[in-house]
Amino acid sequence: MEKFTTLSAVAAALPEDNIDTDKIIPARFLKTTQRTGLGKYAFDSMRYRPDGSENPDFILNKEPWRKAEILITYDNLGCGSSREHAPWALLDFGIRCVIAPSFADIFFNNCFKNGILPITLPREVCDQLMSDSTMGSNARLTIDLPRQVVIRPDGEEVPFEIDPFRKHMLLEGLDDIGQTLQHETEIKSFEHKVAGERPWMPTITLD
Amino acid sequence: MAPRTLFDKIWDHHVVETLPDGTSILYIDRHLLHEVTSPQAFEGLRLAGRKLRHPEMTMAVVDHNVPTSDRTKPIEEPESRNQIETLERNVKEFGVPYFPLLSASQGIVHVVGPEQGISLPGMTIVCGDSHTSTHGAMGSLAFGIGTSEVEHVMATQTILQRPAKNMRVMVEGQLAPGVSAKDVMLAIIGHIGTAGGTGHVIEFAGSAIRGLDMAGRMTICNMSIEAGARAGLVAPDDTTFDYVRNRPFAPKGEDFEKAVAFWRTLATDEGAHFDKEVSLRAEDIAPSLTWGTSPETVLPITGTVPDPAQEPDESKRTQMQRMLDYMGLEAGQKIAGTPVDVVFIGSCTNSRIEDLRAAAQVAAGRKVADGVRAMIVPGSGLVKMQAEEEGLDQIFLDAGFEWREAGCSMCLGMNPDKLTPGQRCASTSNRNFEGRQGPGGRTHLLSPAMAAAAAVTGCLTDSRELV
Repeated sequence: MEKFTTLSAVAAALPEDNIDTDKIIPARFLKTTQRTGLGKYAFDSMRYRPDGSENPDFILNKEPWRKAEILITYDNLGCGSSREHAPWALLDFGIRCVIAPSFADIFFNNCFKNGILPITLPREVCDQLMSDSTMGSNARLTIDLPRQVVIRPDGEEVPFEIDPFRKHMLLEGLDDIGQTLQHETEIKSFEHKVAGERPWMPTITLD
Repeated sequence: MAPRTLFDKIWDHHVVETLPDGTSILYIDRHLLHEVTSPQAFEGLRLAGRKLRHPEMTMAVVDHNVPTSDRTKPIEEPESRNQIETLERNVKEFGVPYFPLLSASQGIVHVVGPEQGISLPGMTIVCGDSHTSTHGAMGSLAFGIGTSEVEHVMATQTILQRPAKNMRVMVEGQLAPGVSAKDVMLAIIGHIGTAGGTGHVIEFAGSAIRGLDMAGRMTICNMSIEAGARAGLVAPDDTTFDYVRNRPFAPKGEDFEKAVAFWRTLATDEGAHFDKEVSLRAEDIAPSLTWGTSPETVLPITGTVPDPAQEPDESKRTQMQRMLDYMGLEAGQKIAGTPVDVVFIGSCTNSRIEDLRAAAQVAAGRKVADGVRAMIVPGSGLVKMQAEEEGLDQIFLDAGFEWREAGCSMCLGMNPDKLTPGQRCASTSNRNFEGRQGPGGRTHLLSPAMAAAAAVTGCLTDSRELV
């Protein structure tokens, strides 16, 4: 996983509540067995017209937001399906940071697993950042993860909260599995304990 | 020890270790796999040279991609076929118990788990699918995860989690005749909103919930995710134990009695703390449905479509108007009487035998209205067989419904069962997002009885008028 330290980039505003993962990537594009290559389907129904051509009114089809690496929305971003294809599609499109007043739990989790930083900020602040993002190609936002601040184009710093463990994992670009496997002794002893306490616990075996 | 909730107890039973920052390594008892969210996880294992830690605590089935027509023919769509074949190769390579497409036990993963006794009370259950919350009806902690987490569980049989907050939704009283679990859950989501449960695990309690059969409880827990909750659960009781007894993979004989004794200790203690509590009166709940493209846009069937002009918040007003435009509805119109093109009875929300019986009761002796396509998609091969033994298939076929094979079908538009642009569907599924059932499709979420009523009248109809 790519490390996340600081990011200075164009931000695109999608001022909507409840942008669900079906909207981020519809189910018909989930037939891949790869993690990559989904960027072309991101926001399919908003980005393309029924004949397949680009919708010129959609923010990510306009300059400079075509190259946006930060996305700002309203509440409950990523609700619905647990599909990790949603952050995969965003990442493949080039998005490394999503900012919203609130997130759906599974999507929030899935972002971290893919080196995307989700930042929760109050709705008024999201409004300010959205307004910053419309100021053209000079309106870059800077995300400084080590210092936990979003830096607005005028230099104002907006602090944000992040779980220390997740921050560490993002900064180092670490994947969880290797970390958890360092606790092998504890997992083994837990399994041993349960086998003693709940010996009736069945296993699944098919003939 | 301080009084604990059902969620607290299951959590405590599964914590392997709590790390200094408060994240816990949580042990997972059951890992359910399907073809869409597992291939990248298997590939990850393979690339890292890792094994699947406990294949005997894992189960796989194909459901999302599968056609619900004749299964003896090859799957036409190459990408779907590839995903299914990939799963079949992976389960073989990693030794995962698997219910193949042509087995009678195949079905929607959230129907198969409880039906086989694989999902049991007190367990932690995960699957790369948000509707894993369904299994919470067993009195288990069950939640959806992403594919990276699927790989993590495969490799470690654990997951990294912080404890959720506790929320309780009480539904007390007696449901009126003709009101089902689906109506209860739609009413709850309408009341608390699609983010009402975010960060929480919801325990559904109260006499109306206790009075539901297991299928009804599964319908309720299934849609917990539509209320934003991490999971939903119902305390296990005699209804649960009677359901579990004699299921193929449930404990047997003396082991079953020991298990029940343990399961009885799981119920929430008197005085346990809930961070959030909501209560509804069962008598206030009418047959309900959604009018918009978010599951919280709920109306009783006797209601009228709301007017955006009454909404003070500008962005909400714009969103409401967009929903009305997308759905082809007018503010202030009566929702009953709106013509439908398609009726879909199925999905992990409502495809169990009890759901099919409720639909058959309305369909019996009637005909599907002209110009309406009505589909019945049982949740598993076993549900289908049971329905055929009871003669339900004949009731549906005589009425002009399609009687199909088990799978996710038209719930999510990733197999051949899809809406075409502009089609209006009365659907027993769980999501009405734009394009969910096919690009441009319009979805009204409702109960099996209400869906059957729409099929035979050709429009959204109060099912109570037909039984």
